Amino acid sequence: MSGPRTGLIARFESPDAFLAALRRVHDAGYTRLEAFAPYPVEGMDELLRLPPTPVAWIMGAAAIAGSSGAYGLQYWATHDYPINVGGRPLHSWPAFIPITFELTVLTVSITGVVALLWLCGLPRLHHAVFHVRGFEHASQDRFFLRIRAEDPRFDTEKTRALLAATDPEAIEEVPA
Amino acid sequence: MPESPPIFPPTAEPIVAAGETLESVTRHIASIPLEHPHPKFWWPVFGLSFCLVLLLAVSIGWLFLRGVGAWGINIPVAWGFAIVNFVWWIGIGHAGTFISAILLLLNQQWRTSINRLTEAMTLFAVACAAMFPLLHLGRPQYFYWLLPYPDTMGVWPQFRSPLVWDVFAVSTYGIVSLLFWYVGLLPDLAALRDRAGAASVRGSTPFLSSLRARIYGIMSFGWRGDAHHWQHYEKVYIILAGLATPLVVSVHSIVGLDFAIALVPGWHSTIFPPYFVAGAIYSGFAMVLTLVIPLRRVYHLKNYITTRHLELMAKVLMVTGWIVIYGYYAEFYAAWRSGDIYEAYMAANRAVGPYAPWFWLLVACNLLSPQVLWFKSMRRHTIVLWIISITVNIGMWLERFIIVVTSLHRDFLPSSWGMFHPTFWDWSTFIGTIGFFCALVFLFVRYLPAISMSEMRKLVVHEKESELS
Repeated sequence: MSGPRTGLIARFESPDAFLAALRRVHDAGYTRLEAFAPYPVEGMDELLRLPPTPVAWIMGAAAIAGSSGAYGLQYWATHDYPINVGGRPLHSWPAFIPITFELTVLTVSITGVVALLWLCGLPRLHHAVFHVRGFEHASQDRFFLRIRAEDPRFDTEKTRALLAATDPEAIEEVPA
Repeated sequence: MPESPPIFPPTAEPIVAAGETLESVTRHIASIPLEHPHPKFWWPVFGLSFCLVLLLAVSIGWLFLRGVGAWGINIPVAWGFAIVNFVWWIGIGHAGTFISAILLLLNQQWRTSINRLTEAMTLFAVACAAMFPLLHLGRPQYFYWLLPYPDTMGVWPQFRSPLVWDVFAVSTYGIVSLLFWYVGLLPDLAALRDRAGAASVRGSTPFLSSLRARIYGIMSFGWRGDAHHWQHYEKVYIILAGLATPLVVSVHSIVGLDFAIALVPGWHSTIFPPYFVAGAIYSGFAMVLTLVIPLRRVYHLKNYITTRHLELMAKVLMVTGWIVIYGYYAEFYAAWRSGDIYEAYMAANRAVGPYAPWFWLLVACNLLSPQVLWFKSMRRHTIVLWIISITVNIGMWLERFIIVVTSLHRDFLPSSWGMFHPTFWDWSTFIGTIGFFCALVFLFVRYLPAISMSEMRKLVVHEKESELS
């Protein structure tokens, strides 16, 4: 393959080898790392220095919006079209709780899934790593560690040597 | 010095068979949708289910032509099969959410191999359940009147009514279950995309594998297992589980309140919400067993869905069964102690009235049959367990029948008494939904991974680590 390369990617057979390599690369001072795993491997977040995910905050905000919206809707609708049921007050709040709860859950769940896709940049059917040989195993039984070319310490030769020392199955270049 | 025994002895029986690896789990589970093994099982059962789907279509068509009079409902029994089936189906769905959400939060790892299938079961059961109130509307084309929208008449739904709460509860439940299920599927759809072209997939042609890779690829949204994505993913997944947990309790509580808020003797009881929730999980676990026992046999999934899983589910069946028994006890006790003649009559009428055979069949199915499970050998005997799971399903259907029909058919005034006789169309609609449910389950097993591969991988690695230590 020709054209610009956007980094090196190493393939590992076991999660332990993968984590050890990640630690080593991390200790060597690399910061522009990407990792791909068939399941969430414990400990990779810290080594990749991933910032904490904001989804909980986003979903929390959705909870406030959803609950106040649902309660407000019921409050407003019962006053917009008042029905006297056995002299009960129009603002009979205990009866409004179930729908408030249900609509809160609905809003939070939909927001959470939309936020997940948004934060992951999905749907995105094409990506450079899909062109890496053997990458189809990233969703099955292999672990991949990529050092991006933008990394200030990136040097094709030295980085390759460092990755080779971590005992990977293979090292590939990521095509642009 | 003798070694002291560990405080929590490790369970001898693993939840994944020994020797399973990341590769074997993926290959085995993905082979079912990719290779379609056992067509000799699949085609007849799917074909039979599909015939019942056609029966359902005919039944609904006839209902739309003739109106709800095609069913045996009338005054005083205006609810009939439609509501019986609605409550039964929605209850079945609850086990799926219970397994996937509550057991996830409780860190019960044995749930991993059955959660995908049971979540699918939830979705399909909710689809069946949601049909019935709409069909029962009489004029189903106006179903959207149930939703709050600014209409030209200036009226709004009655937000104080549990029947309106139900609309929100069931639709939220359906949508949230779908989202939870699909989020769980994303990494597995990516694995199917990536395996579609694998050399080990039997019976595949280049055209077929490219078509499959495209379809599963689009469905997976291009998931690539990025660590960053996993981080968001896990957080969203656990929060969705946290939300689904109170949701599942709320849904059947609201269904219980549909009854409890009415003044009808036999319905007007505070035990209803918790009793309905327990009954829902009871019937749901029974349905999980009914589905899982044959599927794990046909598709050779015994390495993942082990006898230990069946035994644990049998235990859940026992516990929830006893809560249901307590519900019956509380109903009869309240009828006796309240001194209310209508309540007392209702209780006696259930036991010796015109529907007494249905009631005693319910007692046999729901109360007596699961008592066999006190014996460990019976909990691990797949055929016995399968038969009990079916009797419990029947028993729980009868329970809803007894609640709906016997409570309504004796109104307060003897002049308003009546009987409910189900017609052919009552039965055909009900059996049709069973076919619809089964057809969806078989399509699901055929085209999607029935066990979560990404979660199984975690479990396999975990088991291996604990083995080594």
